[in-house]
Amino acid sequence: MNYELRVNPIACDAHGLCAELLPEIIELDPWGYPILLSASVPQSLVDHAKRAAAACPTLALLVGKAQ
Amino acid sequence: MTELALVTRRSPDLRLPRLLAGISYYSVADLRDHERQYGPLPLWGTAGRRRSGRLIDIVDAAGLTGRGGAGFPTGRKMRSVASGPGSAVVVANGAEGEPASCKDRLLLTRMPHLVLDGITLAAHAVGAREAYLCVHGQETGLLDALDDAVAQRRAAGLDPAPIRVTGIPGRYVASEQSSIVQYLNGGPAKPTFSPPRPHQRGVHGRPTLVNNVETLAHLALIARFGDRWFRGIGLPSAPGSTLVTVSGAVARPGVYEIEMGTPAGQVVMLAGGPAERPAALLVGGYFGAWLRAETAWPVPMCHAALKAAGGAMGAGMVIVLPVSSCGLAETARVLRYLADENAGQCGPCMFGLPALADAMAELAYHGGRRRALKRVASLAGLVAGRGACRHPDGAVQLARSALRAFEADAVWHDHRGPCPGVARAPLLPVPGDADWDWA
Repeated sequence: MNYELRVNPIACDAHGLCAELLPEIIELDPWGYPILLSASVPQSLVDHAKRAAAACPTLALLVGKAQ
Repeated sequence: MTELALVTRRSPDLRLPRLLAGISYYSVADLRDHERQYGPLPLWGTAGRRRSGRLIDIVDAAGLTGRGGAGFPTGRKMRSVASGPGSAVVVANGAEGEPASCKDRLLLTRMPHLVLDGITLAAHAVGAREAYLCVHGQETGLLDALDDAVAQRRAAGLDPAPIRVTGIPGRYVASEQSSIVQYLNGGPAKPTFSPPRPHQRGVHGRPTLVNNVETLAHLALIARFGDRWFRGIGLPSAPGSTLVTVSGAVARPGVYEIEMGTPAGQVVMLAGGPAERPAALLVGGYFGAWLRAETAWPVPMCHAALKAAGGAMGAGMVIVLPVSSCGLAETARVLRYLADENAGQCGPCMFGLPALADAMAELAYHGGRRRALKRVASLAGLVAGRGACRHPDGAVQLARSALRAFEADAVWHDHRGPCPGVARAPLLPVPGDADWDWA
């Protein structure tokens, strides 16, 4: 099963937790908003991605199955 | 006289003008003028050759694409709305957000019934029981005139699905389709995160067809004269005619109806030709792109060809920049406007666009320190693709195209400082800019 990451840019408030929890895929821009280095999540990072999504205070990070 | 009109209606001229055939300089086309010009609203039933699904087939066969900027195939959009659950909603988007475009306004003020016919036909085709016609709320005169036109049609029993004329806020992002849907649902006129897209779940949670008013006006003619008539002009890959707004340094700025695929240079000549030696054309409006005049001149006005040339068709604007103007200064003013018009929702757009506008302004008006050019390029890369809507992407496309089209200029500015062109009076219309001469 392939997983994908998305950010809801309207909900995101630049708390930056996602970049702490998933630095392999997420970087922060100069204003603290996440930049996804890749949309697809490697198998080894799926659990970390789910944890990062659950930790987001505004639930702006979305992990879903790739279409 | 009547006989003549009847003949015109049965075998309509393949050539131009089509949408603008009934236009009068002196008056608004009322229902009677409209029917005299184009014939009555054709009846489409629910069965046989004139069933509602057949109308969508004909729109498909005609190859009509959206005239609001994205250029999406209209038939495909109608089909996906029609196949959604329950009854649908039709929204006609007449809130022309582009400051340099006035084709939608022209249609709505001079020939509203062509657009209203299109709304009713679209509503019938997708199975909608309600329809909205959205224009800018501050245009009270236009709202009143459209209300009158709708009332005239109600008296004639023309529109089975009632059409509500609705004013929406006049901001740039308010006319984005998800903004309109959210506003009609009682929320702010700001873009939403998708999916769901309006064709899946839009107004009142129903499948919603959002179309530009010019697209609907074409639909009104296709329903009368057929797909083969529509394809009689234009390119096989981009058939029909389209409205363009030509402005800047041309002799006769205004709205013109052209065949799809007319070279951009010929469109400029249609508007009386350049008033000064042209340096570049801004094609597609503020979400479009700058192209050097010699590059743009032979490029056919259609989505595919303009995209291949590094430009965009947008809603069909062509603005001629003379050699005496500074393209970087013009771009800096527009970027400032686009930055101010962001919806304040998405961080990258909220912070990134003002930073991009600052960097472009530094390059245009100060420069000379060999750092602004690099900064514009890196900010453009940082902002693109990171908003809920395409607002930041459009601004980035404009900024990048300026660096390409005015490459030598940009290096001059970056190394030595502003060129003499920055002192020239601004050319591109930017609402709220005191320097721009609105007369």
